[in-house]
Amino acid sequence: MKRWHAIGIATALAVVGASTGVVSAETDKSIESIEQYREALRDGNPAELFEAQGEELWKTPAGPKNVSLEGCDLGLGAGVVQGAYAHLPRFFKDTGKVQDVESRVLTCMSTLQGIDVKPLIDAKFNTPEKDRLEAIATYVSGQSKGVKVEVSLVHPEERKAFELGKRMFYYQGGPHDFSCSTCHGQEGVRIRLQELPNIPTHKGAAAGWTSWPAYRVSAGQMWGMQWRLADCFRQQRFPEPIYGSDVTVALSMYMAATANGATMDTPGIKR
Amino acid sequence: MSTTVKSLSAVALLLVLGTASAGAGEGPWGPGADDASFKAMLKSGFRSKGIATLARLDQDETQAFCSDPDNVSGKTGEKKRAEIEAANLATVKWPSDGVWLGDYKEGEKVAQSGRGLTSTDKADMVNGGNCYNCHQLSPKEISYGTIGPSLYQYGKLRGDTDEVKRTTWAKIWNSKASNACSNMPRAGHMGIVTEKQIKDLMALLLDPASPVNQ
Repeated sequence: MKRWHAIGIATALAVVGASTGVVSAETDKSIESIEQYREALRDGNPAELFEAQGEELWKTPAGPKNVSLEGCDLGLGAGVVQGAYAHLPRFFKDTGKVQDVESRVLTCMSTLQGIDVKPLIDAKFNTPEKDRLEAIATYVSGQSKGVKVEVSLVHPEERKAFELGKRMFYYQGGPHDFSCSTCHGQEGVRIRLQELPNIPTHKGAAAGWTSWPAYRVSAGQMWGMQWRLADCFRQQRFPEPIYGSDVTVALSMYMAATANGATMDTPGIKR
Repeated sequence: MSTTVKSLSAVALLLVLGTASAGAGEGPWGPGADDASFKAMLKSGFRSKGIATLARLDQDETQAFCSDPDNVSGKTGEKKRAEIEAANLATVKWPSDGVWLGDYKEGEKVAQSGRGLTSTDKADMVNGGNCYNCHQLSPKEISYGTIGPSLYQYGKLRGDTDEVKRTTWAKIWNSKASNACSNMPRAGHMGIVTEKQIKDLMALLLDPASPVNQ
């Protein structure tokens, strides 16, 4: 893992070094070179290592009951991982809730493996506990690579989650008055040089939803959507969203359903 | 159809409509996104972390109004927007010593910094203005955002009359004084930056020697 990280950083420095030499005020060119850099990174995405780790965690017996997660129902039936991510979030009868991959995996850890998941929910990101959850989400997402997003809004709870997520998307608060929409509600804008998907559109929602979980080269970390959302809220100057909470699932539901019909390209890779 | 049946269907229709609008709450939200469900979701979904406490989810009138995208532009919210702008304009504190412009070099540092007030920041740190995140300013900085308009040559294009200084100061102190649902934070009003930092930002924008005006 360390080796991958080092290679990533070396490549990043080389590209940044090269681009500052060539680019003056020509921002389009610098964005272009960042795009080329992203393309180059796609060969040998370190996310593959997290996928492998996640698969192992999925298949290895664990917890007080010493069983694996292979019996986990991600929505397509117990044990079906292939294509499951592309249909999440969805309503689950057994919990009576709409769940995304992370909250569903926590349910399976609790019910199948007998694990107390509270410490996992409360654990900080970038700790072994959370990294294991990210790895599992990465593995599950990889099993939907190339599959069309098809999130159901048939169940009343699913529609409710969508509407609540939409409302949350526009909810302003904190000292900066920020909402998700402040940065992700316009077409073709950037923060610094980072382009921002316009989430309320199909194209924007698809760009966001189908590319996470993603390996973040600058940090050397594997981020699932829960981590992505938590860091958005941090930058919004909001309090901390609770891992797997209804508000995070509702936002994912809004994004995923708006992205319906797009093709999953997970796990992704980001700067 | 008898009169009784007709009036009964009318009542039934009214009931359905009544339930739907009550469920949808005030805004454009669909069934299920009503105020009670939304509040419950906020309450169970967040926890205080460091300086970013749960109180930050409590909205003032401006935030509540601007959280409905239908209010942000168009005819429906026009009157209320004017009221919100007036209320925000009333919060603007003008320079206490009558001096408008500070040091543009310090202003550049404030504009560059996007730090402060997150859940991982300390209360006593110096906050940044976040300016380059959304605006072009000095042409030397190519890493600028585009959520806000370019401010390159801000002073050169506008001059440095008292009117320009007042408008600029008010915009930085409380952006909602002139645009109710602007994406720009209310930097002075919300205590994001200090009066001194605003003076330095004023210099960055208006001082003829500032890189912004070259």
